[in-house]
Amino acid sequence: MQTKRTIFPNKFLPYALLAPQLAVTLVFFIWPAAQAVKSSFEREDPFGFRTTFIWFENYTRLFSEPGYLNSLTKTGIFAVSVTLLSMSLSLLLAVAVNRVIKSNRAYTTLLVWPYAVAPVVVGILWWFMFNPTIGIAPYLLRGLGISWNHRVDGNQAMILVVIAASWKQISYNFLFFVAGLQSVPQSLNEAAAIDGAGPFKRFWTIVFPLLSPTTFFLLIVNINYAMFDTFGLIDATTNGGPNQATNILVYKVYADGFLGLNIGSSAAQSVVLMLIVIALTAIQFRFIERRVQY
Amino acid sequence: MSKNTLCLSVGLAAMLSATPAMAQTEIAWWHAMDAELGQRLEAIAQGFNDSQDEFVVVPSYKGTYPETLTAAIAAFRANEQPAIVQVFEVGTGTMMAAEGAVNPVYKLMADNGEPWDPSAFLAPVTGYYSDTDGNILSMPFNSSTPIMYYNKDVFEKAGLDPETPPKTWAELETMSRQIMESGAAPCGFTSGWISWVQLENLSAIHDQPYGTLENGFGGLGTEFTFNGPVQVKHWENLKNWADEGLFEYGGPVGGGDAPPKFYAQECAIYMNSSASRAGVINNSKEFEVGFAPLPYYDDVTTDPKNSIIGGATLWALNGKDPAVYKGVAQFFTYLSSPEVQAQWHQATGYLPITNAAYDLGKEQGYYEANPGSDIAINQITRGTPSANSKGIRFGNLTQARTVVDEEFEALLSGSKTAQEALDAAVERGNQILRDFEAANS
Repeated sequence: MQTKRTIFPNKFLPYALLAPQLAVTLVFFIWPAAQAVKSSFEREDPFGFRTTFIWFENYTRLFSEPGYLNSLTKTGIFAVSVTLLSMSLSLLLAVAVNRVIKSNRAYTTLLVWPYAVAPVVVGILWWFMFNPTIGIAPYLLRGLGISWNHRVDGNQAMILVVIAASWKQISYNFLFFVAGLQSVPQSLNEAAAIDGAGPFKRFWTIVFPLLSPTTFFLLIVNINYAMFDTFGLIDATTNGGPNQATNILVYKVYADGFLGLNIGSSAAQSVVLMLIVIALTAIQFRFIERRVQY
Repeated sequence: MSKNTLCLSVGLAAMLSATPAMAQTEIAWWHAMDAELGQRLEAIAQGFNDSQDEFVVVPSYKGTYPETLTAAIAAFRANEQPAIVQVFEVGTGTMMAAEGAVNPVYKLMADNGEPWDPSAFLAPVTGYYSDTDGNILSMPFNSSTPIMYYNKDVFEKAGLDPETPPKTWAELETMSRQIMESGAAPCGFTSGWISWVQLENLSAIHDQPYGTLENGFGGLGTEFTFNGPVQVKHWENLKNWADEGLFEYGGPVGGGDAPPKFYAQECAIYMNSSASRAGVINNSKEFEVGFAPLPYYDDVTTDPKNSIIGGATLWALNGKDPAVYKGVAQFFTYLSSPEVQAQWHQATGYLPITNAAYDLGKEQGYYEANPGSDIAINQITRGTPSANSKGIRFGNLTQARTVVDEEFEALLSGSKTAQEALDAAVERGNQILRDFEAANS
């Protein structure tokens, strides 16, 4: 691979040009992250008068706490469900739109809309529709003989947040899939069609493998989204309840730190989260770099 | 050259922004009152600002109670704290333990030569907010206590006397059943604040200890004891009533789904803070509302104790100029004057925090003109408070209440019995108390 090299006549200019970006990274990422790491080894009262260094006690406590292990499991279930649901639905929609000759622009625009809605607004929207007292969905479900009360039933609460989170992510995935589909050479499809392969066979043997870089990229992005970007949605729909049924890791960090004022434990949790993000990002770069070339 | 201009303009900007504060001393007041209550609060600040020209009280809304507390703590750590912050009763333990952060109100008033007489306040208010030496550390402002609201129209439809609300839980059960069976409403009752109403107040009213060391007033070594037979029996009942449909759960913390159930005439009875009064009246145009004290178990006690306080107080934070504290002290005097208090109490449903404000309301004939408006004050002042009904004081109570909500949900979903749920809540709650003790000693 070729790289373009620019030679600066002034020695300091390149550093000066880099400085704003580095400053932003330092102030808004490195410094707070370092603070979190520091706090995670301490026990402190909320006002910060008494700070005790306690080594790994916050971490050991964390992993022996049933609530945290529960949160890990719930996060896993949530992330996998959201990823599967939103990716399969958006692939389906993208393939459908790709086959429509007329007005596929209009469909695309409509399908992208949900992405413009803020997570909290999405949360409120679904909270409204599924509110056990005033919502339309429980009312309709009652007609089908299903009693909906996600305030008490943990599984229903999980279903609700999975649907809400997936609905929001479908647009994003859809855009990428549409772009990916358009880059699949039409000639391959036509050749296969002449050889007598039906639409299903063509999709699974030609289109889907060629889409795999997009799919893999989206897989990582979706897992990241479900794990870290759904705080507002959880806060607006279920508050992590009932009985911690939807208390995913990122929400627990907030609840323990900001509502419970337990800074040490909250910091330890966010450090664990940070490690997960780093691992996911590393996997993404490693595999995408490798698989993207063929 | 460009560097010099930059320095100059920064310096100029700093000077400009520093000048306007010279004329009047500004007192920042962070609060958690939104909508109607927020407007009432701002009117109080405006009233004080108009009454003198030395100080300006600037109220700012900082979100919910927990958000306001978190914001104030974060600001304190950054040395940007407001002079006054409104902290809910649950945060009292946290604030009291933070001695260096707080300018105690009894000291503040004495330092600034303002009159201060703790006996002017209602006894339950003084009791709830005093430290172990009997000093009041924060300025009582909005105190409430849970009461029962009921739908008179539904009572009538169900063939019940709309003027006799249930006194005991047994009566409440039969009446709820009659309401459901007659088809007058699909549900008997609902409740906001499960932790506060159906556990803390339940314990106080039946003279049951909530924790050791006088419900936590005696020190940080306290432990929860709310898994006694009375509480277990009550939660067992709530679970059975929920299964039967007599009781509907309104959600964790404040129970946001509870009020719509009552407003939509789905549930005939609704238990929540007396400060919900304004909201209830506003939202019940379609039916007539009755007010009553919380029910009790007559096989446990025939002489129910007083209920306990919720709401918030105002804390003066350390680290400000003496001039600011002079203003804060004057503002607190203004705030507790009978006229201001009576008006606040009558407009919002919060308790009148001073005896003088209560007397003023009586003189004005307010309680006769508004039947039911004295339920809360009668309920909180009835009898002699015992060690169990004086109130509760625990650090990290926000977290402990979350645990109570979670275990209540486990009970409702059927995964735990009442005994198991309360035992688990006590055990998890004690862990939280130990954390608080470790962080504060």
